Amino acid sequence: MEKLTKDDVHPSIVKALLDQETNITFEDALENEMILNMGPQHPATHGVLRVLLRLDGETIVAAVPDLGYLHRGYEKMAENMSFYEFIPHTDRLDYISPPANNTAFCLAVEKLYGIEAPVRAQYIRMIMTELARITSHLVAVGSLAMDVGALTVFLWCLREREKVLNSYDIICGARFTTSYTRIGGVAADMPDEAIVIIKDFIAQFEEKLDEAERLLNTNRIFVERLEGVGVISGEEAINMGLTGPNLRGSGIDHDLRRANPYMLYDQMDFKVPVYNEGDSLARYFVRADELRESCKIILQCLDKMPKGEIMLNSPKKVLPRKTEIYTKMEELIHDFMIVNFGVKPPVGDIYSAVENPKGELGFYIVSKGEGHPWKMKIRSPSFCNLQSLGGLIKGHMISDVVAIIGSLDPVMGEADK
Amino acid sequence: MEIKDKIVPLLQEQFPETNFEVTDFRGDLKIKFDASLIVPVGNFLKQHDELKFNMCEDVTAVDWATKKKRFTIIYHIYSLENKFRLRLACDVEENHPHIESVVPVWKSANWYERETYDMYGIKFDNHPDLRRMYMPEEYEYYPLRKEYPLMGIPGDLTLPKK
Amino acid sequence: MGLEAKLMSDGFLTTTIDALVGWARESSVWPMPMGISCCGIEMMAVAGPKYDIARFGSEVMRFTPRQCDVMLVAGTVTYKMSHVVKKIYDQMPDPKWVIAMGVCTSTGGMYRSYSVVQGIDHFLPVDIYLAGCPPRPDNLLNALMLIQDKIKNTKAREFQNIPLLEPVKVNGN
Repeated sequence: MEKLTKDDVHPSIVKALLDQETNITFEDALENEMILNMGPQHPATHGVLRVLLRLDGETIVAAVPDLGYLHRGYEKMAENMSFYEFIPHTDRLDYISPPANNTAFCLAVEKLYGIEAPVRAQYIRMIMTELARITSHLVAVGSLAMDVGALTVFLWCLREREKVLNSYDIICGARFTTSYTRIGGVAADMPDEAIVIIKDFIAQFEEKLDEAERLLNTNRIFVERLEGVGVISGEEAINMGLTGPNLRGSGIDHDLRRANPYMLYDQMDFKVPVYNEGDSLARYFVRADELRESCKIILQCLDKMPKGEIMLNSPKKVLPRKTEIYTKMEELIHDFMIVNFGVKPPVGDIYSAVENPKGELGFYIVSKGEGHPWKMKIRSPSFCNLQSLGGLIKGHMISDVVAIIGSLDPVMGEADK
Repeated sequence: MEIKDKIVPLLQEQFPETNFEVTDFRGDLKIKFDASLIVPVGNFLKQHDELKFNMCEDVTAVDWATKKKRFTIIYHIYSLENKFRLRLACDVEENHPHIESVVPVWKSANWYERETYDMYGIKFDNHPDLRRMYMPEEYEYYPLRKEYPLMGIPGDLTLPKK
Repeated sequence: MGLEAKLMSDGFLTTTIDALVGWARESSVWPMPMGISCCGIEMMAVAGPKYDIARFGSEVMRFTPRQCDVMLVAGTVTYKMSHVVKKIYDQMPDPKWVIAMGVCTSTGGMYRSYSVVQGIDHFLPVDIYLAGCPPRPDNLLNALMLIQDKIKNTKAREFQNIPLLEPVKVNGN
């Protein structure tokens, strides 16, 4: 954090900060209000978020988040590449849960093409999505705990996360950015070895989670720093467009897996945890409970998962198998055409949304019948959740800012796109 | 009667003189109408007792790279009660593209409209705080317009001295 | 810089002290974790229990540049961010090193777009370019070991007479 002079801040941001007449000066901090810069390089802003705070003593009068430090131009790049080429880019949107983003994107493209992945592929996707939810919430809970001073939990969460990443490693060969799904299925079948690892992980996870929760839930410092901090009512949360655990922490029972079921979530038995308080502590509780629900979903998927195909057999729309490309002429031609020119979808526009760990991740794709999208808009949950930040931290102390950012759990990769 | 079939008749009843262009592609309902009506239509959809489209999920634009009706503004709104998503579309012209802001209707549109302004240069009238979202404040171009090259215009953004 | 001034001339004693200073320097490289995007998460994994960067004496991740020796630029640097990275680099005390972690930091990588700097060596002197998107934690540890080698093999007096706020030129590479 650093104190700023008036020349450091762009006039339009100053205008946004000073929404009413004040006697603010930038020099004499003790007697007047002052402006403090937080980020983009700050350990508690989860990446490169920058927040300009207007302070009266230590109380925040106004706050203006400033984004764009990680704006990588995804939407422009998407217009210049085929749908297949964009799959690796989705990994790096919400980089804490790559398989969930892969799945979201492939579901959107499949909706545009009018195809559906085979049943086994859908189960594998659901397992991967829920594993991603576990890693994401582990990092969220861990870093929230670290932000308010409990470092042990952070290390424990990272330890558990490594176990999940081990299973990714065996399933798709990459431990972090997986690029695992393909349009019309998944890249490789899930080996039995991975299933054993996942089952082992879940068998011991409950106990480790209890251990971590005992450390947090009975910790007076942790609870008092979060309870009643950053309260947002259910109605206001809807108005601000919050989704995911942040919305459910405000007492709104909305989960796209329930509301508009995609894949095979309608056959799964799971609870949607909802807390009514709407403060940072409630948002933490929602995440902790979702960790358990995800485990339940994964176990059900593993039980129900049938044997069978993992890629749709539709040569004009889906990449053929590698073994067939090397032996059959027709498959080789299809492969060449799909890789070079992309698959031609019908003309039209679709919007497909899924419940990602952070909230609703949606892809709006406009197609003109070419192999690449005419326009692709990514509706990223972190961006929308961050919008409420300015209102949430108003009236709190500086030290509460880190707790509130941690409880909102934004990922700048997808907020800035 | 499903919610999907109710929306258009209700809208037509409320705004009898407007032409609502309805498309249904892959189950997504899209309603296109005159840009000047966005705020009254939005208010109606939000406050109607049955529809209750209380959440604005996204605002964006499409650049068609045509002379007439170059941009289309797209709104995605969601009704938590009916669990239904609706897409609204309004065309605007290339010359001074502008549309009324929907922030008075849906508060969450604030940042979405700023992002659209940043990327396409479309002005949202009566927006409380219309400035750039991602690019630096003094930046002059609108990156997602079709004439803007992928690698940018050389020299438009500065690097620190080595 | 007092120690360096004493080591200006060669001799048995000074070379031995040189080796000692080099050993001390290489075993306590404090990183400046410039975690910008995806690579930042892998950097967290390196600090975590499984890979444990503490084995190399570098677990002291300080978020203030004034206590750091090596800057880990972990993630895509955009034009808007480049000024911040440079500012933080300038605040680090000499001698200092830079690791460009991941391909998008090194060359722009998969981000051929208007807002991404196509390699941070456009504005920073880089010591190690690290491949991978993101690199595995083992790879980052390897980079750290390479930096340690470099520090060990640099004589203390070579750090002398460097103008303030100018990038350090180190032998080799």
